[in-house]
Amino acid sequence: MKLRWWMVGLAVCLLMAGVLSLFASPLPDGLERVAEDHGFAGKAEELFSSPLPDYSLPGPGGALSTSLAGVLGVVLVLLLTLLWARVLRKKK
Amino acid sequence: MHLPDGFLTPAVWVPLWAIAAGALALSTWRVNRRLEDRHVPLLGVLAAFVFAVQMLNVPVAGGTSGHVVGGVLISVFVGPLAAFLVMGSILAVQALFFQDGGITTLGANMVNMGLIGTFLGYWLYRLVSDALRGGRGRLAGAGVAGWVTIVLASVACSLELAASGTSPLGVALPAMVGYHMVIGVVEAVVTAAVIGFVSGARPDLLELPKL
Repeated sequence: MKLRWWMVGLAVCLLMAGVLSLFASPLPDGLERVAEDHGFAGKAEELFSSPLPDYSLPGPGGALSTSLAGVLGVVLVLLLTLLWARVLRKKK
Repeated sequence: MHLPDGFLTPAVWVPLWAIAAGALALSTWRVNRRLEDRHVPLLGVLAAFVFAVQMLNVPVAGGTSGHVVGGVLISVFVGPLAAFLVMGSILAVQALFFQDGGITTLGANMVNMGLIGTFLGYWLYRLVSDALRGGRGRLAGAGVAGWVTIVLASVACSLELAASGTSPLGVALPAMVGYHMVIGVVEAVVTAAVIGFVSGARPDLLELPKL
Protein backbone atom coordinates (compact mmCIF):
# COMPACT_ATOMS: atom_id res chain seq x y z
CA MET A 1 0.00 0.00 0.00
CA LYS A 2 1.38 3.37 -1.02
CA LEU A 3 1.92 5.77 1.86
CA ARG A 4 -0.31 8.77 1.31
CA TRP A 5 -0.23 12.15 3.02
CA TRP A 6 -3.58 11.66 4.70
CA MET A 7 -2.43 8.40 6.28
CA VAL A 8 0.47 10.25 7.89
CA GLY A 9 -1.92 13.04 8.89
CA LEU A 10 -4.36 10.65 10.53
CA ALA A 11 -1.55 8.80 12.29
CA VAL A 12 -0.43 12.12 13.81
CA CYS A 13 -4.04 12.85 14.89
CA LEU A 14 -4.41 9.44 16.54
CA LEU A 15 -1.05 9.84 18.26
CA MET A 16 -2.08 13.22 19.65
CA ALA A 17 -5.56 12.15 20.77
CA GLY A 18 -4.56 8.69 21.98
CA VAL A 19 -1.11 9.21 23.50
CA LEU A 20 -0.09 12.86 23.86
CA SER A 21 -3.50 13.61 25.42
CA LEU A 22 -2.35 11.62 28.47
CA PHE A 23 0.26 14.32 29.08
CA ALA A 24 -2.13 17.25 28.61
CA SER A 25 -2.25 19.74 31.45
CA PRO A 26 -5.11 19.00 33.87
CA LEU A 27 -5.15 22.65 35.00
CA PRO A 28 -8.36 24.64 34.39
CA ASP A 29 -8.43 26.50 31.07
CA GLY A 30 -8.74 30.30 30.84
CA LEU A 31 -12.53 30.41 31.17
CA GLU A 32 -12.68 27.74 33.91
CA ARG A 33 -10.00 29.60 35.82
CA VAL A 34 -11.83 32.93 35.61
CA ALA A 35 -15.08 31.21 36.62
CA GLU A 36 -13.41 29.68 39.69
CA ASP A 37 -11.60 32.88 40.69
CA HIS A 38 -14.69 35.01 40.37
CA GLY A 39 -17.23 32.65 41.83
CA PHE A 40 -19.41 31.71 38.88
CA ALA A 41 -18.08 28.21 38.18
CA GLY A 42 -21.12 26.88 40.09
CA LYS A 43 -23.47 28.28 37.48
CA ALA A 44 -22.47 25.54 35.04
CA GLU A 45 -25.29 23.05 34.51
CA GLU A 46 -25.53 19.70 32.82
CA LEU A 47 -28.66 19.65 30.72
CA PHE A 48 -28.04 16.08 29.65
CA SER A 49 -25.41 13.39 30.13
CA SER A 50 -22.83 13.09 27.39
CA PRO A 51 -21.65 9.54 26.80
CA LEU A 52 -17.98 10.46 27.33
CA PRO A 53 -17.85 13.42 29.75
CA ASP A 54 -14.42 15.07 30.11
CA TYR A 55 -12.91 12.88 27.41
CA SER A 56 -13.11 9.62 29.32
CA LEU A 57 -15.04 6.40 28.87
CA PRO A 58 -17.58 5.35 31.48
CA GLY A 59 -16.09 2.99 34.05
CA PRO A 60 -12.89 3.08 36.02
CA GLY A 61 -11.29 5.92 34.06
CA GLY A 62 -7.53 6.19 33.86
CA ALA A 63 -5.14 6.43 30.95
CA LEU A 64 -6.75 3.82 28.72
CA SER A 65 -10.12 5.53 29.10
CA THR A 66 -8.72 8.91 28.00
CA SER A 67 -6.81 7.31 25.13
CA LEU A 68 -9.84 5.49 23.79
CA ALA A 69 -12.09 8.54 24.19
CA GLY A 70 -9.58 10.62 22.22
CA VAL A 71 -9.33 8.06 19.44
CA LEU A 72 -13.12 7.73 19.34
CA GLY A 73 -13.46 11.51 19.10
CA VAL A 74 -11.01 11.69 16.20
CA VAL A 75 -12.97 9.00 14.37
CA LEU A 76 -16.34 10.70 15.04
CA VAL A 77 -15.15 14.12 13.87
CA LEU A 78 -13.47 12.58 10.83
CA LEU A 79 -16.58 10.65 9.79
CA LEU A 80 -18.94 13.58 10.34
CA THR A 81 -16.72 15.88 8.26
CA LEU A 82 -16.21 13.35 5.47
CA LEU A 83 -19.97 12.82 5.38
CA TRP A 84 -20.92 16.44 4.73
CA ALA A 85 -17.88 17.05 2.54
CA ARG A 86 -18.95 14.21 0.24
CA VAL A 87 -22.52 15.48 0.15
CA LEU A 88 -21.41 19.03 -0.72
CA ARG A 89 -18.88 17.90 -3.34
CA LYS A 90 -19.12 19.05 -6.97
CA LYS A 91 -21.27 16.61 -8.86
CA LYS A 92 -19.80 15.23 -12.03
CA MET B 1 -12.99 28.57 26.41
CA HIS B 2 -15.96 26.29 25.79
CA LEU B 3 -18.94 27.88 27.56
CA PRO B 4 -20.95 25.26 29.50
CA ASP B 5 -24.74 25.34 29.84
CA GLY B 6 -25.83 27.72 32.57
CA PHE B 7 -23.28 30.49 31.95
CA LEU B 8 -25.45 32.35 29.44
CA THR B 9 -29.09 33.44 29.76
CA PRO B 10 -31.58 32.72 26.94
CA ALA B 11 -31.60 36.42 25.96
CA VAL B 12 -27.93 35.94 25.09
CA TRP B 13 -27.65 32.36 23.86
CA VAL B 14 -30.74 32.37 21.62
CA PRO B 15 -29.52 35.20 19.35
CA LEU B 16 -26.04 33.66 19.26
CA TRP B 17 -27.53 30.31 18.25
CA ALA B 18 -29.43 32.16 15.50
CA ILE B 19 -26.20 33.77 14.25
CA ALA B 20 -24.38 30.43 14.31
CA ALA B 21 -27.24 28.65 12.51
CA GLY B 22 -27.34 31.42 9.92
CA ALA B 23 -23.59 31.16 9.36
CA LEU B 24 -23.84 27.37 9.06
CA ALA B 25 -26.63 27.73 6.49
CA LEU B 26 -24.76 30.39 4.53
CA SER B 27 -21.55 28.32 4.54
CA THR B 28 -23.35 25.15 3.48
CA TRP B 29 -25.09 26.99 0.65
CA ARG B 30 -21.92 28.68 -0.57
CA VAL B 31 -19.73 25.58 -0.27
CA ASN B 32 -22.26 23.24 -1.89
CA ARG B 33 -21.15 21.95 -5.30
CA ARG B 34 -17.90 23.87 -5.09
CA LEU B 35 -15.88 21.39 -3.03
CA GLU B 36 -13.51 19.37 -5.15
CA ASP B 37 -12.65 15.72 -4.64
CA ARG B 38 -9.24 16.65 -3.26
CA HIS B 39 -10.85 18.91 -0.63
CA VAL B 40 -12.64 15.95 0.98
CA PRO B 41 -9.71 14.08 2.61
CA LEU B 42 -8.07 17.38 3.56
CA LEU B 43 -11.22 18.55 5.37
CA GLY B 44 -11.41 15.22 7.20
CA VAL B 45 -7.79 15.33 8.35
CA LEU B 46 -8.03 19.01 9.36
CA ALA B 47 -11.12 18.23 11.45
CA ALA B 48 -9.42 15.26 13.12
CA PHE B 49 -6.25 17.27 13.70
CA VAL B 50 -7.99 20.22 15.30
CA PHE B 51 -10.12 17.96 17.52
CA ALA B 52 -6.97 16.16 18.66
CA VAL B 53 -4.91 19.30 19.20
CA GLN B 54 -7.73 20.80 21.28
CA MET B 55 -7.25 17.93 23.75
CA LEU B 56 -3.66 18.98 24.35
CA ASN B 57 -3.86 21.60 27.07
CA VAL B 58 -0.54 23.20 27.92
CA PRO B 59 0.11 25.12 31.14
CA VAL B 60 0.28 28.85 30.46
CA ALA B 61 0.38 31.03 33.55
CA GLY B 62 -0.77 31.08 37.14
CA GLY B 63 -2.21 27.58 37.38
CA THR B 64 -4.08 27.88 34.10
CA SER B 65 -3.89 25.90 30.90
CA GLY B 66 -4.92 26.57 27.34
CA HIS B 67 -5.21 24.75 24.07
CA VAL B 68 -5.08 25.59 20.40
CA VAL B 69 -8.49 26.39 18.88
CA GLY B 70 -7.52 25.99 15.23
CA GLY B 71 -10.00 28.13 13.27
CA VAL B 72 -7.29 30.12 11.51
CA LEU B 73 -5.32 26.97 10.72
CA ILE B 74 -8.27 25.36 8.92
CA SER B 75 -9.24 28.53 7.06
CA VAL B 76 -5.72 29.00 5.68
CA PHE B 77 -6.07 25.59 4.00
CA VAL B 78 -9.67 25.66 2.79
CA GLY B 79 -11.05 29.19 3.22
CA PRO B 80 -13.43 30.60 5.83
CA LEU B 81 -16.76 29.03 4.80
CA ALA B 82 -15.56 25.44 4.62
CA ALA B 83 -13.47 26.07 7.75
CA PHE B 84 -16.53 27.25 9.68
CA LEU B 85 -18.34 24.02 8.78
CA VAL B 86 -15.35 22.05 10.12
CA MET B 87 -15.26 24.06 13.37
CA GLY B 88 -19.02 23.60 13.74
CA SER B 89 -18.61 19.84 13.33
CA ILE B 90 -15.87 19.70 15.97
CA LEU B 91 -17.74 21.86 18.48
CA ALA B 92 -20.94 19.83 17.97
CA VAL B 93 -19.14 16.52 18.61
CA GLN B 94 -17.42 17.99 21.68
CA ALA B 95 -20.71 19.20 23.15
CA LEU B 96 -22.79 16.12 22.30
CA PHE B 97 -20.31 13.38 23.13
CA PHE B 98 -17.75 14.87 25.52
CA GLN B 99 -19.65 17.45 27.60
CA ASP B 100 -17.10 20.01 26.42
CA GLY B 101 -19.26 23.10 25.94
CA GLY B 102 -23.01 23.19 26.47
CA ILE B 103 -25.93 22.67 24.12
CA THR B 104 -27.61 26.01 24.77
CA THR B 105 -24.19 27.65 24.51
CA LEU B 106 -23.12 25.74 21.38
CA GLY B 107 -24.17 28.69 19.22
CA ALA B 108 -22.09 31.06 21.34
CA ASN B 109 -19.11 28.71 21.16
CA MET B 110 -19.51 28.46 17.37
CA VAL B 111 -19.48 32.25 17.18
CA ASN B 112 -16.54 32.75 19.58
CA MET B 113 -14.26 29.94 18.44
CA GLY B 114 -15.72 29.28 14.98
CA LEU B 115 -16.85 32.49 13.30
CA ILE B 116 -14.18 34.71 14.79
CA GLY B 117 -11.40 32.23 14.02
CA THR B 118 -12.50 31.39 10.49
CA PHE B 119 -14.25 34.45 9.00
CA LEU B 120 -12.37 37.20 10.79
CA GLY B 121 -9.23 35.07 11.10
CA TYR B 122 -9.04 34.35 7.40
CA TRP B 123 -9.56 38.03 6.55
CA LEU B 124 -6.76 39.03 8.93
CA TYR B 125 -4.51 36.29 7.58
CA ARG B 126 -5.02 37.53 4.02
CA LEU B 127 -4.51 41.14 5.04
CA VAL B 128 -1.13 40.42 6.64
CA SER B 129 0.09 37.73 4.23
CA ASP B 130 -0.78 39.81 1.15
CA ALA B 131 1.00 42.83 2.60
CA LEU B 132 4.19 40.89 3.34
CA ARG B 133 3.95 38.32 0.52
CA GLY B 134 5.74 34.99 0.18
CA GLY B 135 6.26 32.18 2.64
CA ARG B 136 7.15 34.52 5.47
CA GLY B 137 4.03 36.56 4.83
CA ARG B 138 1.95 33.42 5.10
CA LEU B 139 3.52 32.45 8.43
CA ALA B 140 3.26 35.98 9.82
CA GLY B 141 -0.34 36.27 8.66
CA ALA B 142 -1.24 32.95 10.28
CA GLY B 143 0.48 33.91 13.52
CA VAL B 144 -1.09 37.36 13.76
CA ALA B 145 -4.55 36.04 12.87
CA GLY B 146 -4.16 33.19 15.40
CA TRP B 147 -3.24 35.51 18.27
CA VAL B 148 -5.80 38.21 17.49
CA THR B 149 -8.70 35.78 17.05
CA ILE B 150 -8.00 34.03 20.36
CA VAL B 151 -7.93 37.36 22.19
CA LEU B 152 -11.09 38.55 20.39
CA ALA B 153 -12.82 35.25 21.19
CA SER B 154 -12.08 35.87 24.88
CA VAL B 155 -13.46 39.42 24.53
CA ALA B 156 -16.66 38.04 22.95
CA CYS B 157 -16.89 35.43 25.69
CA SER B 158 -16.57 38.14 28.37
CA LEU B 159 -19.24 40.30 26.73
CA GLU B 160 -21.61 37.31 26.65
CA LEU B 161 -20.93 36.52 30.32
CA ALA B 162 -21.52 40.16 31.26
CA ALA B 163 -24.70 40.45 29.18
CA SER B 164 -25.97 37.31 30.96
CA GLY B 165 -25.24 38.80 34.37
CA THR B 166 -22.86 35.91 35.07
CA SER B 167 -19.81 38.09 35.66
CA PRO B 168 -19.48 41.88 35.42
CA LEU B 169 -17.52 43.07 32.40
CA GLY B 170 -15.00 44.85 34.62
CA VAL B 171 -14.17 41.48 36.19
CA ALA B 172 -14.53 39.06 33.27
CA LEU B 173 -12.88 41.12 30.54
CA PRO B 174 -9.44 41.80 32.05
CA ALA B 175 -9.20 38.28 33.47
CA MET B 176 -10.25 36.52 30.25
CA VAL B 177 -8.18 38.72 27.98
CA GLY B 178 -5.15 38.43 30.26
CA TYR B 179 -5.06 34.63 30.11
CA HIS B 180 -5.91 34.53 26.41
CA MET B 181 -3.15 36.96 25.44
CA VAL B 182 -0.82 34.16 26.59
CA ILE B 183 -2.89 31.31 25.15
CA GLY B 184 -2.97 33.26 21.87
CA VAL B 185 0.81 32.95 21.62
CA VAL B 186 0.43 29.15 21.69
CA GLU B 187 -2.21 29.43 18.96
CA ALA B 188 0.03 31.66 16.84
CA VAL B 189 3.11 29.44 17.18
CA VAL B 190 1.29 26.16 16.51
CA THR B 191 -0.70 27.58 13.57
CA ALA B 192 2.42 28.99 11.92
CA ALA B 193 4.44 25.83 12.66
CA VAL B 194 1.88 23.50 11.08
CA ILE B 195 1.53 25.72 8.01
CA GLY B 196 5.32 26.02 7.75
CA PHE B 197 5.69 22.24 7.97
CA VAL B 198 3.03 21.52 5.36
CA SER B 199 4.34 24.20 2.97
CA GLY B 200 7.67 22.37 3.09
CA ALA B 201 6.38 18.80 2.91
CA ARG B 202 3.26 19.10 0.73
CA PRO B 203 2.89 22.68 -0.60
CA ASP B 204 0.08 21.56 -2.93
CA LEU B 205 -2.22 21.04 0.08
CA LEU B 206 -2.07 24.79 0.72
CA GLU B 207 -2.94 25.67 -2.87
CA LEU B 208 -6.46 24.26 -3.06
CA PRO B 209 -9.30 26.68 -3.96
CA LYS B 210 -10.45 28.61 -0.89
CA LEU B 211 -14.14 28.45 -0.13
